[in-house]
Amino acid sequence: MDMALKNSSKSSTIGVVGVGSFGTAIANMLAEKSEVMVYARKPEVVDEINTQSSAQGKALHASIQGTFDPETLCKECNILFFMVPSSGFQEVARKFAPFLHPYHLVIHGTKGLCLNLPEGQTLDTVKKIKRSQILTMSEVIQQETVAVRVGCLAGPNLAKELSKGQPAATVIASKYNEVIMEGQRLLRSDKFQVYGNSDIIGVELSGVLKNIIAIASGALAGLGLGENARGLLISRGMVEMAHLSNALGGSLKSVIGLAGIGDLVATCNSVDSRNFTVGYRLAKGESLTEIQASMEEVAEGVNTVKIIKGFLEAADLRAPITENLYRVLFEDLEIEEALQFLMKYPFNVDVDFV
Amino acid sequence: MEEKYIKHRYEPILPSKDEWPVVKLARERKEFVSRVSASAQDKILTLTGKNPDILKEELETTLYREKLRIKQNPWVVDPDDEGEFWGKVKAALLQINSETKLNRSKRLEAYKEILERITNRYSEEIASNFNHQHYKFTRSVVTYGFSRLLNAARVKGFKSIFSNQYTLQDKIQITGETDQLRDLATKGTIVMVPTHFSNLDSILIGWIISVLGLPPFIYGAGLNLFNISIFAYFMNALGAYKVDRRKKNLMYLETLKTYSKEAIQFGCHSLFFPGGTRSRSGMIESKLKLGLLSTAIEAQRTNYQNDINDISGKIFIVPVTINYHFVLEAPSLIKDYLSITGQERYYKENDEFSNSYKISKFLVKFFTKGSDISVSVGKAMDVLGNYVDENGDSLDKYGRKIDPRDYFISNNQITVDQQREEEYTNMLGKRIVEEFHKINRVFSSHLVAFTAFELIKLRNNKLDLFDLIRLPEEEIFLPYQEFREACEMVYERILSLKEDGQINIAPHMKRSMDEIISHGLDNVGMYHAKRPLIKNRQGDIVTEDMSLLYFYHNRLHGYGLEKLF
Repeated sequence: MDMALKNSSKSSTIGVVGVGSFGTAIANMLAEKSEVMVYARKPEVVDEINTQSSAQGKALHASIQGTFDPETLCKECNILFFMVPSSGFQEVARKFAPFLHPYHLVIHGTKGLCLNLPEGQTLDTVKKIKRSQILTMSEVIQQETVAVRVGCLAGPNLAKELSKGQPAATVIASKYNEVIMEGQRLLRSDKFQVYGNSDIIGVELSGVLKNIIAIASGALAGLGLGENARGLLISRGMVEMAHLSNALGGSLKSVIGLAGIGDLVATCNSVDSRNFTVGYRLAKGESLTEIQASMEEVAEGVNTVKIIKGFLEAADLRAPITENLYRVLFEDLEIEEALQFLMKYPFNVDVDFV
Repeated sequence: MEEKYIKHRYEPILPSKDEWPVVKLARERKEFVSRVSASAQDKILTLTGKNPDILKEELETTLYREKLRIKQNPWVVDPDDEGEFWGKVKAALLQINSETKLNRSKRLEAYKEILERITNRYSEEIASNFNHQHYKFTRSVVTYGFSRLLNAARVKGFKSIFSNQYTLQDKIQITGETDQLRDLATKGTIVMVPTHFSNLDSILIGWIISVLGLPPFIYGAGLNLFNISIFAYFMNALGAYKVDRRKKNLMYLETLKTYSKEAIQFGCHSLFFPGGTRSRSGMIESKLKLGLLSTAIEAQRTNYQNDINDISGKIFIVPVTINYHFVLEAPSLIKDYLSITGQERYYKENDEFSNSYKISKFLVKFFTKGSDISVSVGKAMDVLGNYVDENGDSLDKYGRKIDPRDYFISNNQITVDQQREEEYTNMLGKRIVEEFHKINRVFSSHLVAFTAFELIKLRNNKLDLFDLIRLPEEEIFLPYQEFREACEMVYERILSLKEDGQINIAPHMKRSMDEIISHGLDNVGMYHAKRPLIKNRQGDIVTEDMSLLYFYHNRLHGYGLEKLF
């Protein structure tokens, strides 16, 4: 009984987990309509949020409260937005698991993949990765916690543009209409359009796979190539995404939607994209280690390339862009050579997936 | 070495029959039926958005389909006044349509009146006719008759027929979470979901429920079974309600689901075969019919809405697998399966007709020869598929107590969200399939059939399933040594799956490999005219019927064992 009472007093507060650039941008957008509480791991960051209304230098809406206690966040909020990189996602989900209840709605905005490998195995020790060992973030949430009403946020949402209040749109995907409606209610504004999609796996995969192509696009830009090359890459990348997404259990429809083609076009043209930047700097001659060491936030695409490479081995599939990018990133293949290889690759059919 | 089976009969958990939910239900049958009808009407009205035009359309569709059914597919059980009833419905519909001056709400009222007549009729038709005297009689006939047969066969001599040396429980082994089941049945409401391979299953489960000391469960039995009067008697006695698969109209389906939901809310333990019908392929059901399953979730939510938050309003899902060495109907089941999946690629030979003579012949064979059956009772779950502890509390995967009520809450209150509940039903279905695989017990016969079929497939890896099944049987033989090695390999994998809790094995599987193989060969589909697998005079392993071999092989489908080959 006392739980019901507590719930009613604080139900309208929305929780945001993670204060990276995207997390901050979403928290600010949510704060325009609702009470928002954000979770950050480090006490000093929480302090900064509560005293200076900023998170690691990024401005936060004045009304936003900070906490480093998962329990407080789960108690205060019925709806949580998980905005943490995939590398830390499983850990965060486990941290929150003891405090989450089936009434919680969880929406995430992470465009990466996690692995579910046997004890002692890591991405670097396994050669082949089966689909059952790959987890999208919604699958992580469902595996680690009791939350079932799970959704994801994907689309062309470069944090920098969002924080300037430029017009944009996003997709909320969930098997539950309820989650989509809540997401729309909370986020929709004159400047932000929110679409719904029931194919959550397809939407998540679109956001994940497009990062691979974004790295490649950055590399082309770094080589000084022009728009013809980019056009070629985007359309061939699209084909590759469609096949990969299909093999991983997503539907084609989502790939050609906002989370797929929409996000692909945005990231492949943007110097604000971390993945694009990785490719760009690679082409300028830096090594992957140097680039990663100097980046503030993770470029999800690098890890994704590794995972998808493992999946290709297990599923016996070909994906030329991903495979060659893998060799560039991890086997010291020169970008020019990779490009040569792709130009000679016998793609004959323009569109073979619709 | 041998695992302990439940050999004794349990004390009934509710000694007085008057406390049995099913008896209470029978006593209040009339009120119950009208309650079902009323809430089915509400449901249909909600579904049609209280729009007289949509309701009219549904009524007309129902009328049309019912008239067609009466004409094209009449059954013995159908009541005589069917034509008359639907004739009146037709007249009433025509009259409303001709009265042009009725306004919208008047029209809705008029259609509602017709709807009421239909749901009343359907509810009455579906409702069970449980009778305690008949139940007692049936139970003793089954137990007594079966054990007489059994003793006559196993204990030699004339007096054997009166011997009590062997009981049915030597033949039918019950294992698993039986104590939990008994315990929870006194506290909440049980929905048992068994795998379905044979028509024998419902009788078998009915008998097991009584051995475990549980009051009778209600379950939906195909109306076709009521065509045979002796079956009808048994079914009624066991608390069956009637499911007419010919009627696919909205009104009927909603009334049926409402009946099931209301009965669960009433506290009647229920039994669903979630596969819908018998598994045609011999595989463990992987896609479940979710219609009736959704009623368990709906009933749970309604209990919460009515503020029944303690265990008395809790619904527990208990998966059960039934394992056979031999499925009487295997030849016709697998033919069905192949002709459905293969379409024109598979030509059906004349269908084997199953009649009561065949069934009795099987029963005699079953009790006089080997071939055991094992029934494993799985762990109880809540309606969302979470395991429950000894108090019936739901646990998350870390063992933390959670409240299933929370699944139905949005903005701090319980809400009715049909789409959400559909997803929950899908989730529950997946959990049940997972549990089926975990509690499934491998028999020697499954192992040999699986291994042999996979070896044959490997040798003919250019052929697809249908060509494979049409291979001339006389050309197939597997040298014993090779077969044994392959069995060993599959067996090892099964053992490691068992370590992980992914499957279970029968005690006879703990013998030596040669013994397991010969036990398997002796038992696999042992009473079929054409045996799926035997050892010939040269000591090679041969088959007499590829499609039967495929059927028994399928029992181990879904564990990734094929990949070993």
